[in-house]
Amino acid sequence: MTPKTQEPSVEKVTSEEYKYGFVTDIEADSAPPGLNEDIIRFISHKKKEPQFLLEWRLKAYRQWLKMKTPEWAYVQYPPIDYQDIIYYSAPKAGPKSLDEVDPEILKTFEKLGVPMEERAMLAGVAVDAVFDSVSVGTTFKKKLGEMGVIFCSFSEAVHEHPELIEQYLGSVVPYNDNFYAALNSAVFTDGSFCYIPKGVRCPMELSTYFRINAAKTGQFERTLLIADEDAYVSYLEGCTAPMRDENQLHAAVVEMVALKGAEIKYSTVQNWYPGDKDGKGGIYNFVTKRGACRGDSSKISWTQVETGSAITWKYPSCILQGDNSVGEFYSVAVVNNMQQADTGTKMIHLGKNTKSTIVSKGISAGKGQNTYRGLVRIQPAAENAHNYTQCDSLLMGDKCGAHTVPYIEVKNNTAKVGHEASTSKIGEDQIFYCQQRGLSKEDAVNLIVNGFCKEVFRKLPMEFAVEAQKLLSVSLEGSVG
Amino acid sequence: MLIIKGLKARVEDKQILNGIDLTINPGEVHAIMGPNGSGKSTLAHVLSGRPGYEITGGEVTLDGKDLLSLSPEDRARAGVFLAFQYPVEIPGVNNTYFLKAALNAIRKSKGEEELDAIDFLELVKAKLKPLKMDELMLQRAVNEGFSGGEKKKNEILQMAVLEPKLGILDETDSGLDIDALKVVADGVNALRGKNRSFLVVTHYQRLLDYIVPDQVHVLAGGKIIKTGGKELALELEEKGYGWLTGEKVKA
Repeated sequence: MTPKTQEPSVEKVTSEEYKYGFVTDIEADSAPPGLNEDIIRFISHKKKEPQFLLEWRLKAYRQWLKMKTPEWAYVQYPPIDYQDIIYYSAPKAGPKSLDEVDPEILKTFEKLGVPMEERAMLAGVAVDAVFDSVSVGTTFKKKLGEMGVIFCSFSEAVHEHPELIEQYLGSVVPYNDNFYAALNSAVFTDGSFCYIPKGVRCPMELSTYFRINAAKTGQFERTLLIADEDAYVSYLEGCTAPMRDENQLHAAVVEMVALKGAEIKYSTVQNWYPGDKDGKGGIYNFVTKRGACRGDSSKISWTQVETGSAITWKYPSCILQGDNSVGEFYSVAVVNNMQQADTGTKMIHLGKNTKSTIVSKGISAGKGQNTYRGLVRIQPAAENAHNYTQCDSLLMGDKCGAHTVPYIEVKNNTAKVGHEASTSKIGEDQIFYCQQRGLSKEDAVNLIVNGFCKEVFRKLPMEFAVEAQKLLSVSLEGSVG
Repeated sequence: MLIIKGLKARVEDKQILNGIDLTINPGEVHAIMGPNGSGKSTLAHVLSGRPGYEITGGEVTLDGKDLLSLSPEDRARAGVFLAFQYPVEIPGVNNTYFLKAALNAIRKSKGEEELDAIDFLELVKAKLKPLKMDELMLQRAVNEGFSGGEKKKNEILQMAVLEPKLGILDETDSGLDIDALKVVADGVNALRGKNRSFLVVTHYQRLLDYIVPDQVHVLAGGKIIKTGGKELALELEEKGYGWLTGEKVKA
């Protein structure tokens, strides 16, 4: 089944390359490698940014210079030369058609059941080949616009809604928050912006996937999501298809604000290139994600399925400021071969009657190292705060590792905090039991792993959950001999 | 149907089966009895392909098909079903889902159409009734939090749904009270038929009061040392195994 015979239209359109030109301006100049104030000015100028943003970037950069790489995470990698990175480059033309895409990636699309018309876009084939997605994106945007929902690229928001950017940018993750967040603040090139007005329930799952302009947001992505009073939005980031990128370092920032009565549900499936069996060439994914439940009775829920990247360093967190606000974190993190993941969450209880739930499922295979690191902090004013934490680890084979590092700080004695943890090994007897009932070994492993992750998958939007299950089976392929 | 010739097997350095010869014809129920450590469970495991055993001699065929060269799943698809002594828990995996996946894997291997969720549910509910099992059991995770009796009933339910040619019961009576034992035995008896055979491995005669065998074999030292009719089981109950093995072993 070759793309040619299946989808002649893709072939046709790709042969008419550049007919429609690029969507936005594409001056083919890049900044030289390295980082200094001039480079930051160059980026800001290129993006025609208002003065306040340039100043904010410079503040972040000056702060970053004084900061050190965090070393507390349980991950190992050679030092990164930040002067060797190109911080601004014009988007490169991707492969011209699916025929030029790595056959390995195509095979994975096949396994995941990615629809034909989406494969081209995911593989980074020049945008104008992917007419279907464009039209979906356009109708989508029109409908949202009628409801007052703003959903666009970060750069667009800077020009169209500078007042919202100025008000909220850095209000949850300040420019000096941590080393990678500071770096991101100084040099981010694009990302997503979303604003849901008062009382609006966004009728569809918002997904970066639909926003074609985000196809090449680069290695320093910035996302800002605001749900105004009583608004609701479910946001999907990433996709299950494998993502390759020549940039090894990815340091994204996601900030979310939920005002009174608002609810944000943020789901991620991360499948960046994990490197080969020996750990060569994978992505370093150093991300800062944080949401503020600023208003009373607001809710922020993070759900993540992390299967990719050589190194994952990521702690989607909630600041429960408003009274009766709720924070949730549901996570599945898979490491195989030489992958390392140090991930978890922080739940900071500030308001009264605030509640948080943490469910973390770590799966380690090959020589992978998987660490859950989480903080639950109950501040003195947080009367009647509740937290429930559950961390389960599943080991496959005897060369991998699972680690759990929970921090609990309680400064108010009305708090109720519960923590449960378990570590189990995928049993030969479980696999044999399934085989004895007629299932293949691979199906047996998938079944057992999916059962282990069930509580988290249940939190994902339906379609995402189905994809996530398939993704897990692909990620763990061959891990049980 | 099932023909075992000179079967020898060991675990690591320990020889456990020392040449088993056994033929089970379609529709027959054979009981394997014997003292602890005689190799009863090993025989059940070797037939079903459990890893960890090394076959050092002999052959096994099911309807002429060489079983020993098949993977465990292919043996299951060929019609071998093992009711486990210790059924395994699979947390988070729905019992119905598991059973449907198993049945469809077997159907697929035979070139039959897979059942959808609705047809399957109808089928499984029909199978539940004679087992006096609660439908709620279908909604729970596979064996998770099940009592000993529930686990064994669940094994019989699986057997009823998968309809094997050969059902191997590995000490299914262990840990069952008399009521549960009756339900399990009734379930097995309901599955008896002219095209289905059973190999019932048990330490005690008690189970054979309810599942009446055509033949009883006594296994000791990895060999069948005596074969007889159902009355042999009663004799063993009375005299123990010592008179057969020459050792002081009591049932």
